[in-house]
Order: sequence, then structure tokens, then C-alpha cells
Amino acid sequence: MPEEIFVVEDITKIYRTGEVEVHALRNASATLYEGEMAVMLGPSGSGKSTFLNIIGGLDTATSGRVMFRGLDLTGFSQHQLTLFRRDRVGFVFQFYNLIPSLTARENVALVTEISRNPLKPEEALELVGLGARIDHFPAQLSGGEQQRVAIARAIAKRPEVLLCDEPTGALDSKTGVLVLEALSTINEELGTTTAVITHNAGIRQMAHRVFYFADGTVSRVVVNKKRLEPAQIEW
Amino acid sequence: MKALDIKLTRDLKRLWAQSLAVALVMACGVATLILAIGSYRSLDETRSAYYERYRFAHLFATATRAPRHLLRRIEQIPGVARADARVVEHVILDIPGMAEPASGLAVSLPRDLTGTLNRLYMRAGRLPEPDRPGEAVIGANFAKAHGFRAGSTLHAVVAGKRRRLTVVGLAMSPEFIYALGPGDLVPDDKRFGIIWMSETELEALADQKSSFNSLSIALLPGTNAEPVLAGIDETLKPYGGTGAYARKDQFSHAFLDGELTQLSAMARIIPPVFLLVSAFLINMILSRLIALEREQIGLMKALGYGSWTVAWHYLKLVMLIAIVGILIGFAAGTWLGQGMTRIYAQFFSFPFLIFAGGVDVYAISAGISIASAVAGAVKALWGVISLPPAVAMQPPAPPVYRGSFAARLGITRLFSQLTVMAIRYLSRWPVRSFVTTLGVSFAVALLVVAMFASGSINHMVETIFYQSDRQDATITFADAKGPDALLSVRQMPGVMRVEAFRTLSVRITHGQLSRRLAITGKPHDAALSRVLDLGLKPVRLPENGVAVSERVATLLELKPGDLVEVELLEAGRGKVQVPVTDVIQSYLGLVVFMRIEELNRLAGLGPRVSGAHISADASQIGALYDVIKSTPALSSIALQTKSREKFREIIEKNIMISTVVYTILAVIIAFGVVYNSARIQFSERARELASLRVLGFSRAEVSRVLLLEMLVMVVLAQPLGWAIGYGITWSVVEELASDQFRIPFVVERSTLAIASLIVLAAAALSALLVHRRVNRLDLIRALKTRE
Ligand SMILES: Nc1ncnc2c1ncn2[C@@H]1O[C@H](COP(=O)(O)OP(=O)(O)O)[C@@H](O)[C@H]1O
Ligand SMILES: [Mg+2]
Repeated sequence: MPEEIFVVEDITKIYRTGEVEVHALRNASATLYEGEMAVMLGPSGSGKSTFLNIIGGLDTATSGRVMFRGLDLTGFSQHQLTLFRRDRVGFVFQFYNLIPSLTARENVALVTEISRNPLKPEEALELVGLGARIDHFPAQLSGGEQQRVAIARAIAKRPEVLLCDEPTGALDSKTGVLVLEALSTINEELGTTTAVITHNAGIRQMAHRVFYFADGTVSRVVVNKKRLEPAQIEW
Repeated sequence: MKALDIKLTRDLKRLWAQSLAVALVMACGVATLILAIGSYRSLDETRSAYYERYRFAHLFATATRAPRHLLRRIEQIPGVARADARVVEHVILDIPGMAEPASGLAVSLPRDLTGTLNRLYMRAGRLPEPDRPGEAVIGANFAKAHGFRAGSTLHAVVAGKRRRLTVVGLAMSPEFIYALGPGDLVPDDKRFGIIWMSETELEALADQKSSFNSLSIALLPGTNAEPVLAGIDETLKPYGGTGAYARKDQFSHAFLDGELTQLSAMARIIPPVFLLVSAFLINMILSRLIALEREQIGLMKALGYGSWTVAWHYLKLVMLIAIVGILIGFAAGTWLGQGMTRIYAQFFSFPFLIFAGGVDVYAISAGISIASAVAGAVKALWGVISLPPAVAMQPPAPPVYRGSFAARLGITRLFSQLTVMAIRYLSRWPVRSFVTTLGVSFAVALLVVAMFASGSINHMVETIFYQSDRQDATITFADAKGPDALLSVRQMPGVMRVEAFRTLSVRITHGQLSRRLAITGKPHDAALSRVLDLGLKPVRLPENGVAVSERVATLLELKPGDLVEVELLEAGRGKVQVPVTDVIQSYLGLVVFMRIEELNRLAGLGPRVSGAHISADASQIGALYDVIKSTPALSSIALQTKSREKFREIIEKNIMISTVVYTILAVIIAFGVVYNSARIQFSERARELASLRVLGFSRAEVSRVLLLEMLVMVVLAQPLGWAIGYGITWSVVEELASDQFRIPFVVERSTLAIASLIVLAAAALSALLVHRRVNRLDLIRALKTRE
């Protein structure tokens, strides 16, 4: 059995907007293992993003506990969370979130400049198959290319975990496959623990394990007997 | 370069026009601060150094004729370090090649110069030799105006005696940094000069052998002047002493004080306006930028950049704008400062006057500007710091619009939907709309303040030269004469009308308040030099009572009907209680009028005249001048036309310069504010406007939404700007008012109109630039951007 990387126990997240309270998560628990590829499925509003944000140190839980390699994230200060994100976590978002005024290489450099043992931006871009586009601005890249720059940016710091929130959500199937292939390569070659949120049930086939979200909790975890290559996935 | 810094430079490139507009506004603040503080410093420090090195006296006194041995008694008054006695005489000068007579002041130079006060700074040449009569040192500015050098000659009528003088040296004195000829409003170096002669010679000419009529005193450090002044008064009383006074009442010193007050007022009013506006603009630009880059900020935080690092990134942008502004401000401030020193050179006579900004002045200006830029940025930066990384991943909720008051009244139904959009927008951002309006109104106010001067001065010239003092010349006798002196004046060539006057030193007391000044006796039907009330209607002087100028009324808290005590300080020292009958108009000096017969009765020496105002036939003016130059009984001559021309020449040029400078400043503010507001509105609403275009509205209609909002704010800014301008002008007038000089508070309607026109033009220009952006609006792109 591989080692546990995240142990999430009974986390609840309540958003208060004025009078209204929204329970984004209710007593959700889950464990992620070193080097695994986890896919998170579930209807919109079921709390997937909130879960990912909390384990990635972007947000804090209202109650419950998040352990990362024996460290209790729930007790972290803002500064500790910043360092946690800087040194250990890579994020990929649905809308790429590149800085429009920086080129592909510079967007990656944004991260490598503040990491301890980063890849070279060129190497990271090479890994996602964008070696030829390093001096392009986001506006000069297609959606899939932009998302691959975002992945290169996320992996360039050699993160311990890679958290992706609907990375293919804005892409067509063909470019979506390229992005998934990039994620799969990184998971296999660098052994980075990867969690991918998706709407697309087909993608679950490339996971080691699939987490099903409903009403703010993890309702089911399924281990995939037979994994598919990204190219084989039906959209 | 770091990736974040690359982003910074690219952001700056994209926002260059807006950033430059802000930097320019800030530069105005820096420049005016450097100008005001630097000029203040230059003037103040140069004056102090000059005083120090050339031993400018602390106290002054005049007498008619006091024996020299009194000096020893005066030196024994506790606190007196040194007392110098001199002879000072008004003289008429006849200069080769100049038709009109000039006036001068002849000052004696002591035989023994060791330790004397009011020493001369010698520009060239040497001092007169006591045993060589006719040698004189003349004022350097006067010499320059006439091209005099050592060896030049001129004629002077000194105490009734015409003398040929040979120039042996050119000099300046701390006593006469600012010197005005009789009847003049500004220094005229051609028609007024100082002449220093040896004591021996001047004493003889002025019939002051072994006596003096002018006293200068240096005090020991830390001495209270009041008891010393009283002691001097006591000592000089039997010899026609007219009251000792301190530096603050010394003409040249007081005028410089006035200038310094003006500069410090300027430093307190003008730069803060610019820095305030630039802080506001920075807030506007930065808030907008941060709203646009919400997701990027969240992303940077998600990537592991600390909140302060991200905030610092945006603060750097602000700093860069501020630094550009500061550098432009440094250059402009230095240039303006040097210009100011050149203007000073026309008015003041300093051995040296350089614009000495000083490193600290630049450092202070830069520090204040950076501080105000940071203050402007703080709120937006706090937004950056407090933005949680996760929330930043989501787009902001659309702003909440509320039904306005107007909507509830149903007024909005009267307008088209586009107009309603514009109105809603204004009420959606009330603070921003108000501050934008305020910013534009500052531009209007600045122009009002800048241009009021020309209106006021025209009014002043009109009042002084055409309403009040309508004589062609004023002559003063060496000493008070009997009525037959007027007869000889009447017989001078071309003289058409002669109007006598009598001037005496008095102390006027009202309750606790008291003031030493000159009272003037005039005929009750004076028609040349008229007495005018505050509404500029002629006043008939009362048989019993005095008319006082507004300034005197303020100083002594007088209103018509109050009783004042008038005590003569010379000629018989009579004392009477008389009522104040009128408060009258006067811009120059402390003026009190009385009927000449009454004044003479009080003086008790029979009918006497000090001088006369005359009107003359212009065709015979040359002959008249010739007679005046050679009439021994005269001690000074004032020529109204010449005074007016010189005044116009100097003031108009300087007002022209300051109007141009202020107009540039105002246009920068107006442009900076309007352009930035419009750009930001445009950026916030690009999507909305693009949607309108897609719905089929024309470019003009879409622009109208944007421009209507600007128009409402710019129009509202006009009356507000007039009001602020009025307020500032009023306080400037109050601040500047001194005992020597008062500018009338006149803001003409045309000034308001021109100020508004200039600001509207600047606003229109910036609107035009933004309108061009609406025309180029890329519909697809605007609709696609996620925001
Ligand atoms: N910042 C927030 N403020 C208020 N409610 C939020 C916020 N973020 C998420 N929610 C709510 O929490 C619930 C879970 O959201 P989320 O985790 O984004 O769901 P998913 O990613 O599964 O679609 C939703 O009902 C959503 O509206
Ligand atoms: Mg989600």
C-alpha cells in the first residue's frame, strides 16, 4: 500500500453571504495516496471545487481536519498556507488563468522564480509539448495550448501534488485529450499525485481511483481495475 | 527581469496615456511646491545673509534735525548695540538725455566706516572722498538703467541746491532691496535711485551740520525692541522725532515680508490641490486595474506569491508613475524657480539671488508626492491584500444598481433608456462622480485665481489713475511752504490746475489701538486727487472729522461715527478728538484725510502746504519738466503717466507669465481628471457598450451614454469651481493685504467665463480621445472577455 498524502477528516465549509448560509461541504472525508491519479466527479454545486481549494490551501475549512504528510493544514497561518502553495502544490484551472501580458515562458517563470528546485520554464513547456510556442502571448495561443501552458506552470516547480479544476472544461475533445495526456505523462514520469475535477464521466477511466461527490460530501470512492490511455477515452 | 516586473512594464505601456496624465498632475504639485518653497528659501535666506553680512539695522527713526550728541544718549539705552546717525534727503535728479526729472534719495555715508550699519555692497568703483565735493556712489540698478559708470555725471537738486555729481561707485544696500519712487506702484529704476554722498557734503547741503535726521540702530541679541523704541521716541521728541519703528515697518523689509507671505500661502494652497487630485486619480486607476486583474491577483496568490508581494507589485506601478511625475516636477519646478528669480530681479536689488532649491526641498517635495501617491493607492492595495485566493477564481458579481430617487418620481420615464443608463451610472458611483466633479472644479478654480489678478489690477489702475488721482504730476517741497509757493507753481509753464496738500506724521488712536501714519490735508473740493468712498463716489471732506481708508478702519476697528484721537508727531504736536466721517477707498498705504485748513489749524503754524498736485498741458510738458528740474524748492516729483506706464509694463508681463503657467496647470488637471474618468468608465462598460452596439445602437448613441455622464459632471463642476475660485481668491487677497498695498477683490464675469471655456475645451479634447476608442470598440472581443 502506498503512503497517504492527504487525509481529510470531516471537513465542512459554510459560506455566508448576508443572511444566507450555503453548506458547500458537509462532513466530507477522503484519503489520497502518493503518486495516484484521482478523478473527482459529481454534479455542479456538489462541492468539488471547494474541496480541492481547501486541500490546496487556497481556502480554509469551517471545521474538520486536513492532514498533508502528517502536517495539519487546518492550523496553518495565511503565511504558512502561502508557503505551502508555493512549494508543494500545482494548480490548473478551468479558465487557464494565464497573465495575458506575459508570454508562455514568462508565465511559467512567474512560478519558477519563487520555487526552490524548479524545472527550467523551457523544460516544463517541452513536457507539455509546447516547446515551439514559448514566446507566444496567451492571446496568440489556442485554448488547449493555453491550458497546457497552465499545466507547465503548475508542474515547473516540481509540486508534490497537482490539483486540476475542470482542466478540460473549456476545451473540445481533441485538445482535451492533449491536455489529459500532458497530465498523465506528468503523473507517470514525475510521480506527482494528481487530482482532477471533471464533469466528463469518460475521463474517470484514466484514474486510479474515482471520488464521487454529492451534496457536499464524498459519497463513493471507486478503484479503477483497468485504466485507459487518454487517447482511448470516449467524450 | 522578473516575470512580475515584465508584467509591470507591459501594464505601464498599456496604461501610458492615463499614467502620464496622472504623472503630469503630480508633476504640477511637485513643481509648484519646489517653486514656492525654493523661492521662499532663496528670498528668505538671501535676505538674511545679506542683512547679516551688511549689518542691516534693527530699528529706525527719523527726526527733523537732532544734534549729534544725542547719539551717546541713545547708545546708552539698554539693549542698543550701536546707533548710527545720518542725513537723508529727497532729491530731484536731472539726468542727461532724459526729459522728465527723476527722483532720488540722498543718504550720507559716515566719515568713519568702522562697524557702521547698513553697509554698502560695492558693485564697482569706490566710496566718495570726504574732501572731494560732488562725488557720489549711486544705486547699481539705477546706474544700470542709465548706463552710468564711474566717471558719469548727473545733476541733483539737494535741499534746494543744484549740484553736479560725479559717479565714483555703484552699490547696493540691504535697506533698499525694494525701493519705490514717489507715486510709483512698482520700482522704476530709470526714475528713482539712491545716492550716497559723503557726510561732510550732505550735512552742508542739507543744513544739518553736526546734526542728523535719520537714525539706524542695531540691538543686542535677545533684546525686546519695545522699550528701546520708547526710549528713542523720548529722546528724539524735542527734535521732530516722528516715532521709531522696527524692521517690520521698514518699507523694503515689509515688502519682502509680503512676498514671503505670498509664497508660503502659495505653498499651502496650490501644491496640495494637485497632490490631492493625483492621489484621487491614482486611486481611480489602481482600483480599476485591480478590479480587472482580480483573477490574476488570485492566481498569483494561488501560485504561492504572498499578499504583500502582490500588493508591492501594484505599488511599484504607482511608484513608477510617481517617480515620472516627480522627475518632470523637478525639471519644471527648477525652471519655474529660475523664472521666478528673474522676475524678482526686476523688483528687488540683491547683490546675488540664485534659485536655491536645495537638496532638501527636492527631497521633501518628492517625499510628499510619494506619500500622497501611496495614500491614493492604499485603499486599492488593501483590496489586493484582502482578496482571498479562492474567491479570486470567480468573476465579481455585477454591481448592484438601485432605483434612484429620480426613478421613484417617475422622472426617468421622461428620458430615453440611454440617458437613464447614464444617470444610474452617476448615482451608482456617487463618491467617484463627486470627486471627479471636484477635480474638474479645481481646474476652474485655479484659472479663476490665476486670472483674477488681471481683472483686479485693471480695476486698480482705473480707480487710482482715472478716478482718484487724476493729476499729471505731484510735486513736494523740500519743507512746508506758505501759500505763495503755490503761486510760483501755478506760473510754471503749461500748468492748468494746482491743488495743494499738506502731509504730517500723526499717531491715530482708537481705544487701545493706535497707529503711526501720515495724515494728508486736502481742500474739501479736491478735484484732481479725489477722495472716493467704497463705491468710488467722490467724498466731500467734513469740516470737522477725518476720512480713513478701509485698511486703517480695519486696523483700528473704526466705523463712521467713532471718535479718534489725532496726535501730531511734528509741527506743534497738537492733539484733537475728531469723528470718523467716511471709510474710503485706497489701495496704497495707510491713508487718512482731513481738510487742509483743519490740519493747519491743528499744526498751528498758519497756512502751510507740503506740495501740490498739478494738471498740465501736454504740449508744454517738456518746458514744465525743465523748470521742475531746476526749481530748488522741490524735493520730489511724481509723474502719474510714467508711473502708470511702468506699472502696466511690469505687471502685465508678469501677469501674462503667471496666467500662462496657471492655464497650463489647470488644463493638466482638467485633462487628467476627465480623461482618466472617461477611460475608466469606458473600460468598465466596454461590454455593456458593445452589447448596445450589437443591439443596433449607433456609435454616436453609444458614445453619448459615456459623454453625457462626463458632461453632467463637467457642467456641475463649473459653478463649484467658481465658488472655490472665489474663496481662494478672497483668501489670497486677504493674505496679501499689507499696510503698503492692497489688491482689490474683483472677480469679473469674463474671468469666470474664460476659466470655464478653457476647462470645457480641455474636457472636450479628452472626451474626443475617448470617443475615438468607442469608435474602435472591438465588438467580438469586448463581448468575449470574461468579466
Ligand atoms: N465564495 C462562495 N460564496 C458563496 N457560496 C459559494 C462560494 N463558493 C462556492 N459556493 C457554493 O458552494 C457550493 C459548492 O460549490 P463548488 O464547490 O464550486 O461546487 P462544484 O465545484 O462542485 O460545482 C455551491 O452551492 C456554490 O454556490
Ligand atoms: Mg467547480
